[in-house]
Formats: sequence, C-alpha cells, structure tokens
Amino acid sequence: MSALFLIIVFPVLGALALSFFPRMSYNSARIIGAGSVGLSALTMIWLMVAWFSAGGGAYVQTLWNWVDVAQFHIPLALRLDGLSLTMIGVVAGVGFLIHLFATWYMVHDLEGAPGMARFFAYMNLFIAAMLILVLASNLLVLYLGWEGVGLCSYLLVGYYFEKEANAWAAFKAFLMTRIGDVSLGIGLFILFINFGTLNIHTLLQQAPQVWGSGAPIATLTALLILGGAVGKSAQLPLQTWLIDAMAGPTPVSALIHAATMVTAGVYLIARLHGLFIIAPIALEIVGIVGGITLLIAGFAAIAQTDIKRVIAYSTMSQIGYMFLALGVGAWHAAIFHLMVHAFFKSLLFLTAGSVIIACHHEQNIFKMGGLRKQLPFDYALFWIGGGALSALPLITAGFYSKDHILSLAAVNGHVYLWLMGLLGAFVTVVYTFRMIFIVFHGERGMNAEPGRGWIIHHTPLIVLAILSTVIGAFIHQPLDGVLPSASDANSLGMEILLEVISSLVSLGGLVITAAVFLGARDALAKVVASDAGQKIHQFLFGGLGFDTLYDRLFVQPYYFVARLHRVDWIERIANIVPATALLFNDGLATTQSGQLRWYAFSIFGAASIFLIILVLG
Amino acid sequence: MILVWLLLIPFVAGALCYALDSSRGQGASRWIALIGSGLILLIALALWATGNYHLTNAVQGTAQWHTQFQLEWIPSLGISFHLALDGLSVIMLLLTGIMSVLAVASSWGQPRNREGLFYANLMWLIGGVVGIFLAIDLFAYFFFWEMMLIPMALLVALWGHDGSSVAAKRAAAIKFFIYTQASGLLMLASIIGLVIVHYEQTGAVTFDYQALLQTSHGGAFGMVLMLGFFIAFATKLTTIPFHGWLPDFHTHSPSDSSVDLTGVLVKTGAYGLLRFALPLFPHASAEFAPVAMILGLIGIYYGAVVAFAQTDMKRFVGYTSIAHMGFVLIGIYAGTLLAVQGAILQLLASALSTAGLFLVSSQLYARLGTRDMRSLGGLFGLMGAMPGFALVFSIAALGMPATANFLGEFLVLFGAFAHWPVIVAFAAAGLILAAVYALYLLHRVYWGPPSIKTPTSGLASREYASLLLIVALTLIIGLYPASVLQVTTGTAHEIAHWFAGPVSAVSSSQP
Repeated sequence: MSALFLIIVFPVLGALALSFFPRMSYNSARIIGAGSVGLSALTMIWLMVAWFSAGGGAYVQTLWNWVDVAQFHIPLALRLDGLSLTMIGVVAGVGFLIHLFATWYMVHDLEGAPGMARFFAYMNLFIAAMLILVLASNLLVLYLGWEGVGLCSYLLVGYYFEKEANAWAAFKAFLMTRIGDVSLGIGLFILFINFGTLNIHTLLQQAPQVWGSGAPIATLTALLILGGAVGKSAQLPLQTWLIDAMAGPTPVSALIHAATMVTAGVYLIARLHGLFIIAPIALEIVGIVGGITLLIAGFAAIAQTDIKRVIAYSTMSQIGYMFLALGVGAWHAAIFHLMVHAFFKSLLFLTAGSVIIACHHEQNIFKMGGLRKQLPFDYALFWIGGGALSALPLITAGFYSKDHILSLAAVNGHVYLWLMGLLGAFVTVVYTFRMIFIVFHGERGMNAEPGRGWIIHHTPLIVLAILSTVIGAFIHQPLDGVLPSASDANSLGMEILLEVISSLVSLGGLVITAAVFLGARDALAKVVASDAGQKIHQFLFGGLGFDTLYDRLFVQPYYFVARLHRVDWIERIANIVPATALLFNDGLATTQSGQLRWYAFSIFGAASIFLIILVLG
Repeated sequence: MILVWLLLIPFVAGALCYALDSSRGQGASRWIALIGSGLILLIALALWATGNYHLTNAVQGTAQWHTQFQLEWIPSLGISFHLALDGLSVIMLLLTGIMSVLAVASSWGQPRNREGLFYANLMWLIGGVVGIFLAIDLFAYFFFWEMMLIPMALLVALWGHDGSSVAAKRAAAIKFFIYTQASGLLMLASIIGLVIVHYEQTGAVTFDYQALLQTSHGGAFGMVLMLGFFIAFATKLTTIPFHGWLPDFHTHSPSDSSVDLTGVLVKTGAYGLLRFALPLFPHASAEFAPVAMILGLIGIYYGAVVAFAQTDMKRFVGYTSIAHMGFVLIGIYAGTLLAVQGAILQLLASALSTAGLFLVSSQLYARLGTRDMRSLGGLFGLMGAMPGFALVFSIAALGMPATANFLGEFLVLFGAFAHWPVIVAFAAAGLILAAVYALYLLHRVYWGPPSIKTPTSGLASREYASLLLIVALTLIIGLYPASVLQVTTGTAHEIAHWFAGPVSAVSSSQP
C-alpha cells in the first residue's frame, strides 16, 4: 500500500506535462490525458487488492510535513480506509471511463481547434485534486483538494472561453463554491483552537468527549461545515452555479456531476459524521436542506429544454437525496447512493454527449425528436441510465440505493422527509422520461450520425451501463467501522411495505409520463401555452427564481458599491491635507504684496489687536 | 564583513553605472546592474542555505543575531553603523535579491534615455532597501529609510510610464515623496523621543536597537512614540488611510515594471513593524492592536472593492496588494507565533504574486500598447504562455491552496482566531471578494471574445524564465513553507514572546 501516493502523482504529472507543452498533437494529449488517469485507476485496483488482503483497517502515508509551526502541525498525509477506498474507486474508476470517452468526444467537439492539451491538463488536475480531497488525513489537506476541485471546475466550465456566457458561468461556479469554502474555513479555525489539531481521526475521537452532545459550539461548527458542503454539492442556498456549469464540454459535466466535485460535500459530512452526530440540530438541517433541494431541482428539471440542463437538475436533486440520507443518519445509504449515482449519472451525461455530437452539437431536446431508430445504442443506454435515475424497481441499481434511503428516513422517524423523498421520486420519473420520450420518440427532428469507435466510445458507456443495473447494486462497500451502522430495528414486513410503496410511485410515474408525452403532448402544450401555464413554466424553467433573487440581493448591490469606489475616496479625503497646506500657502503669499502701505497697515493692525487684548485682559 | 559586502555591492554597482552613463559603453550598465543584483541574490542564498536560525534567546528578552558588524559613526551621540542579520532579514534579503534580478531582467533591452543613470538609481534604491533590512542602529536605519526615497522618486519622475504626461509622472513622484517623507519625519521624532526616554532612564545616549529594547515607556507617551513608528511603516505598507501614494506610483512608474518590482519591497513596512514597532513598544502595540487589525480589515475590503472598480491593470494590481497587506497587518498585531509566521509568508507571497501580475501587465502593454482592461479581452490562447502565467498569479492572489498566498492568509487567520474570532471571520469572508477581483481580472482580460485579430508574439525566453521563477517560488513556498518558516522561526518566536504578555492582558479585558 506504499504505492498510495502514486494514485495522485500520475494525474499531477499528466497535468504538468500537458500544461508545459500546450501545442502537442491531439493524439499525444489524448494519450497522456487518459493514460495518466488510467495509471491512477490501475493503482486504485492495486490498492483495493492490497487493502482487502491486508484485512482492512486504516493505512496512513505521510509524504512530508506541510506546515509545522508550534502546535500547528499539518503533515501532508493520506489515509486509506474503507470510506476513502470507496471514494477513490469512484473517482479514479469512473473518472478514467470519463477520460476515455472524452478522447472520443473532444476530437468531435474541437474539430481541429487548439486546446486538447489544455482540456486534459485541467481534467487531470481535477482528478488529482479530488483524490487529495478524499484521501486527506487532516482537514487542511482536505481543504487543499477542496479548493483545488473548485479551481478545476472553474477552468473547465470556462473552457470555451471565447463565449462571454461561459466565462460568467465559470465565474459564478467558483464564486458560489468559494462562499461555502470560507464557511468551511471558519469551521476549521474553530476546530483547531478547540482541539489543537486538524487530524480528522483525532477530531472524531475527541469531539464527543470534549463538546458533548448538543453543545452550541458543536452545532455552530457543524453548520459552518455544512455551509462548505452545500457550496460544493450545489444544495440550497448555494445551488444555482451547477446549472450554468453546463457551459463546459459534456465530459466535464460528467466529471463534475458524477465522479468529483458535487459528491465532495456528501463525502465531507460523512467523513465528519462524528461532529454532526453531536449536533442533532445541524444534522436535522442537513436532511431538510436535502429534502427541499431535491424537490426544487426536480420541479425545475421538468421545464428544461436543454438536455444537459435536465440532467444537471437531476444531479442537484439526487445529491439532495444523499443529504437527506445523511440527515436521517443513513450514512451507508448516502455513500451507496453516491456511488450508484456516479455510475448512472456519468452514463447519462456521456450518452447525452454522444447524442449531442450525433445531432451536430444540438442540445435542445425539442429539436431532436424520434431519434430511437437512428441511435438505438444511445436509446438503450438512456433507458438504463434513466431507469436507474428513476429507481425503476428490482432491475436498476438506483432502486436499491434510493429505496434504502427512503425506508431509513421513514424508519428513523423522519416521516416528512420520507414524504418529500417519495414526491421527489415521482417527479424524478416524470422529468427523466419526459426527456427520453421527447428525444427518442415522436416525430423525427433531425438527421443524426451515431458515434463510432469501440474502445473509446462504446466501452466506457457499456461498462457504466452494466454498473447502473442491478449488478452495480451488488458492489460491497467496506464502510463498517468507518461510518456508524444504521439501526436495523425495522421489521422485514415494514421494509417490504415501504419498498412496494416506492416501487408503485416510480412505476405509476412512468405510466403517467408515458401517457402524457407519448399520447397527449398536444393537450399538455395547450396547458403550457395558457397564461398561468406560461408563468409556471417560466418560473420552473428559471430554477424557481433563485438567480434573479441573488442578482438583486448581491450582484447588483456589489456593482453599485464598486461604482461608488471608482474613485478612491479615502485617498481624496487624505488629499485635503496638502490642499489646505496649499491654500495657506496661497493665502500667505498674497499678503506679500511688496507694498509698503500694506505692510505698515498690517503691523499697525496687529499691534492694535494686541493692545486691545492686553487692555481688556 | 559579509553584511558590508551586501551593502557595498549595490552602491558600487550604482556608482559604476553612473560613471558609464555619459560614456559610450551604455549597454554595459545593465550588465553591471545584473551582476550586482545577482551577487546580492547569491550571498542571500548562501546565508539562507548555511545559517542556523533556529536559536532564540527570547527568554532573556534579547535578539539573537546570526552575524553582526559594528563601526563607530558619531560616538558622542551613541550612533554607530551597526548592521546585524537574523532569520527575518535573511528572508527579506533573499526577496530583495530575487526582485532585483527580476527588475533588471524586465528592464532589459528597453530603450531609454540615460540608461546608465537609470540603472544607477535602480541600484541605489536596492542598496537603500538592503540597508533597511540590515541596519539595527536606529539612526542608520532612518538614514537608509530616507535615502531610498530619492532614487525611487527620480525613477518615476524621469523614466515613468510612456503613456503618462510628464506632469503626471512628476506629480506621482512628488506624492510618493511627500507621503513617505512626512511619515518618515514622524518616525524620526519618535526615534529621538525614544532616545531621550532612554537617556532619562539610564543616562546614556544611544541609538542602538539592543539598548533601546530595554527601555520601558508606558502610558500615553509610549503610545505617541509607537504611533510615530506605526504611521511611517503603515504608509509603506499602504494601510488605509495612508495608501494614497501607491496607485499613482504604480500607474506612472516605468512601463517595464522594473520599478514596481522593487516598489514591492517598499511594502515591507511590515518588516519595520516586526523589527521595531512591536519589540520596542510591546505594551503600546498591544493596546493599539485592535485598531491596527481593524485598519487591516478595512484594507482587505476597501482594497478589494476599489480594485474591482479599476480599469488600468497596474492600478488594479496596486489595490489588490493593499488588500493583501490587510492580512499582514492582522497577522502582525495578532502577535502569536503562528500569526507572525503567517504574516511573513503572506508578505513574500504577495510580493511574488503582485510582481508576477505587474510583469504580465507590462508585457501586455509592450505588445498591445494599452493596459486599459475595458479594451482588452479574449487574450487566452493568443499570447503564448502569458495568459497561463496570468492565470496562476491571479489564483495565487485569491489565495488558492498550494500557493504561498493561501498559507500566508490561513496561518494568519488560524493564529489570530483564538483572541480575535470576529475580526478573523470577517477577514476570511474578505477572501470571497478576493476571488471576485482576481477572477474579474481574468474575465475582462483573458476570457470572452478576442479583442485582437492577429496573434501577437509570445513570451521571450527572458520573460518566460522570469515568470516561471515566480511561479516556482510561489509553489515551493506554498507546498514546503519550511523553506521560509524554519529560517524566520527564531525571529517570530522573539516577537511572539515579547508580545504575548501585553496582548493577552489587553484582549482579556476586551468584551
């Protein structure tokens, strides 16, 4: 397991090589870019074998002392345990498949323009940062990876930098996540002054003893950490960046949404579960944030017209489920859903990328239409991915992970969260299959050319498709001992009842969606075209008005303040000092007129004033 | 003796450049300047690599010098030419060496009148800076402090930005001169006051740092003396409201940014605070700490907002450095070991990233003839490696982990949080605005539709090497800060030790 650091070194070296030779050929960039992550994935497999054959536990590797000032002792150390092993499996494994697909996608997307090396440099750095994040053994190292993924997402979202909108989307992504980062940073300050360490393992051991359950400081700290998590994971109230982040190339969306970035918040809370357990209020808020976000995002997804935006909202919604799971103490279920989501979400995004390229860069679902005959491969993949997303019973991986969350929410007494999750599940089916039916059924919208290339196009998609089915649900996550086990007090009968209910919801949703979008699209169009229908549609389409709200509350006022500061007014005020000096200078200079009469008069006047003062005093 | 060499090299090199000014060998002066600054860098490197700066005598309350040099100067007034070196000065000299080499490199090959005189002034400026970092006799210190002003003002007045009018350049130079001169006089008054207090207490007249450290002065008079020092250093550190000279100075300084790089060193007014204001007046400084930290906080926000509103790139960079210095001020006046070390790191980090941004903006100006961000845009991919470097410097300026700036800011915040949680929380929130201005720069200059049709020339190897050096240093310090912190640990320990008692007394009496 001493090879642990190599998993990070490979992508870092790849990124360095790619950024120092930006003009290398397409093929060199593709080989270095995908190859370095491939080596990383091989290291990951090696680590898994080594870890399981060593019988589990935790392995810590210290690279060097990062900071060492008095008690502030921060080794740059990596820690491999069941949770981080699961995460590197997702990051390096799914990440590699995305890279592989990107070698196909980017050739078609760039069409000879420069930028291949730049693309893969950012992608490799992204993987490296995410690996640092999940392997960090203390919170400052985690923060390194944490801000690192923020930077990489900024660079990749703004990859097509010549379009103004993309640049703003990148700006927004970085800024909104940084608001969360600052909150997390303040959380770290509190932890350090209370415990004198940022080592995660030590913190988790000491926090319950030092603070005790329900202590206000524990709640405050947990909420600050939650602030960081909602930024990276695009949850309420920092969720709006994720949708605009669709400006990047499609493999980037897959990477941000599946393997890296948005899962970071879920990982962070799971990793610091000990702090949240002693802060029940904060934990409850985690669940509520998740519940509300999953509904907001779900409803917004129903009204989208861009294929990537539909999937993007679905990510926000699914991460909401993970937060809900964390909030109800279903730690295992949250991480399980994280992994399964990574499979089917990257499948959906990559397939969407394949469809977009096939449709000559068209992203509007209403212009596609009837593609099922022309793109049968993509159609099948969309059914598998969409099925997993909608948690269609028994055959999809998503069913097992999502169902687990919902039943634990109900069993742990969070009935309202369970109901929110159930409603969300229905909405999920509606927006997912609305998208599939509009894209692949109905009238033929355009001529599409299916993607070719077994290794770089088909293989990643097929692997992800297999993992999105029930097969993926059989993957065992070695989380015992790292995360607290959920209470298994519920009876089998109860569990089956809950499963049947959620199955009925998703199947019912499928039937209704099919009826509406395969049968009665005209009727729906009429409803939407009505006055009230249009208003609702606009409201949902705009993501329920958060962007407008934030623009009014923060962006415009900041512009206003900045406009006031075009002039450095403090400096202007300071200039009064020399200005008065000059004034006096001028005043005194005019008295030196050189006229004898004036001088005589001055002397006489001054003498009189003195005399008067003397006499009166 | 090595200390004397460090001082002699720039002054002699400057004199040689001056001598060559009128003769035919004009091109030679830049070589002399390069060799001179290279030698400073080499000596500083040697001192950094070989010295052992861990030792500290903080318990006895005396500074621990690594090397000293003392020569009688005006014995009747107790003034001697006393130079000394400790870990902090080594790091500062190293920075001086790097900046001077970069400054000479950036001025290389730019046509200008009276090149010899230009380099003479540059070298004398560097010599003055070296003197500031070495002198520990207060009179000698003041001597170098004042001496540095003249070449600096001349460089702006005579060789300033080609886009500025002569009157504007002269006004900027005079403004800089008056700001620093006026605040310098306050420091002189304080120095004399301190010497008199010391004389009343011991009967000996001396300007020696070591001796004056033992002086005790409390109450309002101590505060007044301390403020004299503080205002002088704060002016150099561009603390709000003493920052007015900086934007004009950078706007009108020579187009090739050579003087901006050495100008960055002037912002090491922080060195003065660490070396003199805090150790000489621990009680007054501790009482003053809340005010100073709030000034720092104001700097962070004000600098960020005003930078955001700028249109001239160099002016923008100037204001961002004001924001950076806010963190330095907070770190220094928090006074814990961690915070002081952080302040030192932040000083270096900001000097490097600011220098990088200055260099890039002058390289842009050389190619496009403008620094107005409104008329730029979409340069990414058009100017070779330059946008990549600009990207790195910008994200360093916003405090990305793995850069030195992150550690500087975070060590300050970690170190100050225990006593000043509210100030730290606000300072941390200021990092959001740092992201706003840094990304806005990238957004306006490099992102968006291209503003020029034809690709211009990429970086010359001299420019590439300069920028790469800054990037490398930023990352090395950011990932292995022990390279700096181990050297400064002794000094920081002393400062924290002197400051620890008064500060906890003050902060515990605050609500």
